[in-house]
Amino acid sequence: MAKKRMMPAINMALEEEMSRNSKVILYGEDAGISLLGQTTGLQEKFGKDRVRDTPICENIMTGMAVGAAAAGYRPICHLLYGNFIYTGFDSIANQAAKLKYMTGGQVKLPIVYMAVIGGGRSASAQHSDIPYPALMNLGGIKIVVPSNSRTAKGLLKSAIRDENPVFYLTAASGGKPEEVPDDEDFLLPIGKAECIREGSDVTIISIGSMTIKAIQASQELENNGISVDLIDLLSLLPIDEETIINSVIKTGKVVIVDEARDVCSAASHIAAIISDKAFEYLRAPIKRITVQDVAIPYAPILENSVIPDVKDIINTVNLLISSRS
Amino acid sequence: MPTNNFINKNLSDEDIKRLHRKMLLIRKCEEHLGEATKNGAFPGAVHLYIGQEAIAVPLCDQLEDTDWISSTHRGHGHFIAKGGDIKQMMAEIYGKSTGVCGGKGGSMHVADFKKGIIGANGVVAGGMGLAVGAALAAKMDKKGAVSVIFFGDGAANQGVLMEALNISSLWNLPMIFVCENNQYSEFTHTSEVTSGKISDRARPFNIPTHDIDGNNVIDMWQASSHAVRRGRNNEGPTFIEAHTYRQRGHVEFEYTFLSRSYRDQSEVDLWKRDDKDPLLRFEKYLLEQSLYIKNDIERMHKEIQDEVDEAVSFALNSSEPDPETAILHMIEE
Ligand SMILES: Cc1ncc(C[n+]2csc(CCOP(=O)(O)OP(=O)(O)O)c2C)c(N)n1
Ligand SMILES: [Mg+2]
Repeated sequence: MAKKRMMPAINMALEEEMSRNSKVILYGEDAGISLLGQTTGLQEKFGKDRVRDTPICENIMTGMAVGAAAAGYRPICHLLYGNFIYTGFDSIANQAAKLKYMTGGQVKLPIVYMAVIGGGRSASAQHSDIPYPALMNLGGIKIVVPSNSRTAKGLLKSAIRDENPVFYLTAASGGKPEEVPDDEDFLLPIGKAECIREGSDVTIISIGSMTIKAIQASQELENNGISVDLIDLLSLLPIDEETIINSVIKTGKVVIVDEARDVCSAASHIAAIISDKAFEYLRAPIKRITVQDVAIPYAPILENSVIPDVKDIINTVNLLISSRS
Repeated sequence: MPTNNFINKNLSDEDIKRLHRKMLLIRKCEEHLGEATKNGAFPGAVHLYIGQEAIAVPLCDQLEDTDWISSTHRGHGHFIAKGGDIKQMMAEIYGKSTGVCGGKGGSMHVADFKKGIIGANGVVAGGMGLAVGAALAAKMDKKGAVSVIFFGDGAANQGVLMEALNISSLWNLPMIFVCENNQYSEFTHTSEVTSGKISDRARPFNIPTHDIDGNNVIDMWQASSHAVRRGRNNEGPTFIEAHTYRQRGHVEFEYTFLSRSYRDQSEVDLWKRDDKDPLLRFEKYLLEQSLYIKNDIERMHKEIQDEVDEAVSFALNSSEPDPETAILHMIEE
């Protein structure tokens, strides 16, 4: 085991899976030199046939993945930033998510669509979105959102081996180096959350980049005598209802932290699941910490004011704890 | 060596001096940003227009505030060329309340609708539809306004270009397509991701094309003049492919995160020479034509540097945006 950051961990997973299965191919804009570091060195190792630099053409890139998968390959379509999922959205929504169903289950579509998501870098509105709410409503695909380098490796390997289109969305900013298993078969199951801290007073459910902040908040809350059950969701489609519900049964109080805009966010969907399936265990309203209905602004002072931070989590938990129980 | 191949038929001395001044203003603003970003003077990344000034300037020189332009992530030059205020631009890039977008947009979204600047754009080819829509409005208004889309060689590979060419020609819209072929999209040479000649893409739609040296300000002025005239006279769209070179990185600071280089320094150096760089080439011409003596050029540099410095102090002395403003402007209340 060695400590790695997110991008090298992704790189490791890609290299292992491409070595393991020659049907895995990868393409994207500047995939060879790699803008963000996920694909560094892969073109040198696997050749320009399997690792392709595409023109800037997200519409055909997302559609090509469907065709290549139907014809027997396992394409990884690298879309750089989450906002460019929108540029290629037609083939995602109308083809990738529906072709299997429309054709009576005839075809397997083992595709990975990969992008970085979220803000925190003064990259402003067209490079900072969290696009998964729109994706979650499509059905016919899976969505994973790793929170650190270990889960990044395990989930990417599972995504590549999955027989369905999987969106693999990682935080654009940050993350400390963490231990990443060398095991070439280190797989994390898609659809399974991880309880990363056991507690009894309150459940915090966090997604992607918000997990780092939730860990910090939980630590500080613990110092003040509040015991947090912290769930790192990791998969948004399918969603691990069992882990969520079991935690709510234990604590009766829930805070969900999601970097998406609030309306139809992952957090609102999770809140709906909890009120459906664990209403009788709730001892306070479910709280969502999300981004308001705004695009992500450029100036740091503005950006920081809209993206959830550690303080928001602590304040919300404190409010919940001090409310009736 | 007789330089430049500048063959001027239409421009007065005053015209020429005005073009030079604008090009210099863009160059100095961009040079400042390239330096300042090294010290983290402002948030966010910048894509600089250095080396491409001879494209935006002579075209925008022939436009009015009522004409439209839509541009790219490399959009400071277009903003300035179309009459955008450099104080407000600097303040925007410095993330200040006095910025042209109130600090919400930054470098990639500088826009000023009053001046016909629909804005820079963070999505490659994202401005294409916007420009065509403005051209439709201009056509329906029947006041002779035109609409320009500036886009890169990389953007030319987005399918939306074909849609834009087709509808512009079909509806005879006053569109001016300006492809700035600077030989790179990010870190990839155009030849590796582009087939055929980009200007040829307009031909099947019966759109007149110019395939020109984009570092020759006078050639660019002439091609633009033809395109603007056609638009104003309701004669339909025109396509200009302007060949140039991206002297700076795709984004400033790229060598800190790229794992290897992607072009030779000697190639970059070649394009900075005074027979290639659009500004130096132009200045040589100004001297040759005795429009200026060396002293005049030095004086101009100083004058414009002062103007840029003033814009930078304006940005530095401006307040940060009020966090309360973060939630404003999503929809019209
Ligand atoms: C839809 C979309 N895809 C990818 C990107 C990432 N990207 C930003 S600039 C760029 C290259 C653009 O090249 P070109 O159009 O030639 O413009 P230049 O940078 O040379 O001015 C890429 C791929 C983006 N911003 N938008
Ligand atoms: Mg280019």
